[in-house]
Amino acid sequence: MKKTITLLAFAAALAAPMAAQAHRAWMAPTSTSLSGNDAWVGFDAGMSNGVFIPDHAAMRMNGLVVTAPDGSAVQPEHLMQGQYRTTFDVHLTQNGTYKVANVMGGVMASYKLNGEQKRWRGSAAEYPAALPEGATEVQATRTASRIETFVTLNNATDGVFKPTGEGLELVPVTHPNDLAAGEAATFKLVKDGQPAADLEVTIARGGVRYRDNPEEMTVKTGADGAFTVTWPEAGMYWLNASVRAPAQGEALGSNASYVAVMEVLP
Amino acid sequence: MRLLPIVITTAGLSLAAAAPALAADLSVTVDVPRLNTASYHRPYVAVWIERPDQTAVQTLAVWYQQTRNNEGDGKDWLKDLRTWWRKGGRAMSLPADGVSGATRAPGRQTVTVPAARLRGLQPGQYTVVVEAARELGGREVVRVPFRWGGANTANASGSTELGAVRVTVSR
Repeated sequence: MKKTITLLAFAAALAAPMAAQAHRAWMAPTSTSLSGNDAWVGFDAGMSNGVFIPDHAAMRMNGLVVTAPDGSAVQPEHLMQGQYRTTFDVHLTQNGTYKVANVMGGVMASYKLNGEQKRWRGSAAEYPAALPEGATEVQATRTASRIETFVTLNNATDGVFKPTGEGLELVPVTHPNDLAAGEAATFKLVKDGQPAADLEVTIARGGVRYRDNPEEMTVKTGADGAFTVTWPEAGMYWLNASVRAPAQGEALGSNASYVAVMEVLP
Repeated sequence: MRLLPIVITTAGLSLAAAAPALAADLSVTVDVPRLNTASYHRPYVAVWIERPDQTAVQTLAVWYQQTRNNEGDGKDWLKDLRTWWRKGGRAMSLPADGVSGATRAPGRQTVTVPAARLRGLQPGQYTVVVEAARELGGREVVRVPFRWGGANTANASGSTELGAVRVTVSR
């Protein structure tokens, strides 16, 4: 029993930044569509039950990558981790669409050594060489978590949408900074670069503290990984999907999750 | 390239003055309401033409703060003209000759577009859309369907940030 509990705690720790599995990870921009010669956007990132409500845990930003419209990396500024949320700013100096993503991944493994249950966690490159000699009953899972959002200065561009081919990713058909209440938008999910078919996507709107009904939606991806959502009203939306495949003997399991935050304007 | 439309515009204007019957000008009058509020700022306003399916054809006018002040550059708030911004404003290079201008005071304001600037517009049904957004105020969009290709007038009216909007096609 004790072992089960420690194992569970360990698994939860491995899933960072989604440390608390039951809670939702979100990264919300202060604005998504901007005009002018340059602009600043702030971001709040945390984990909680009500999306965008910082009342549980701040997000660790170890995998934060900000990509400018021309593909270059931008240094986030004013990074600060509070009790319930992490905040940082991005200075937009190029026209076009930026991608702001917190990307984490690696391999977690359990094995037996001299009859004792052991655990290991590290990067995919280190595995399996980093396991000690004589390890038996190895069970390993590749993890990939991506939490991202998009912001645009002046005209929207699509240079940052090219998937990396690792984990679960979103390929917009409708531009995520061109969303309006009452209209439909289509996006594709890919897993390791391949269409992620028949996946359930959860869509939650912020502001749940000020209403009684969560008003969540779920949609399924088609054979091509695409799903379509018609935005019922304006607001900040959280989109989430995940894929889990258990380890099968020698073959690695897979645990991939994806979160996007998108703003729908009236 | 940028100069070309000005030349044509001037030609169109002089033509209109010489022979009004030949010029199919489009004019839009917009009543900017006088509002009693503690902190009044003139609204940002965009005027554009849409097809009946609400896709944008052409921006006719956009009025915004032309300078930078201690709060920022006037262009920083163009995004608040949300509908126009999304439908093509953000793809424009501003300032744009004959289109962008300073904010206008309350009262009746007129935008006259010479025929030469609408050469690409095929005869048919269109809509003039006027959008206003005001600092510390609201936002309103007024749509006025009209016909291009023959004299006609059309009216509509806003209720909060815009008053009467009148579209006149002169031929």
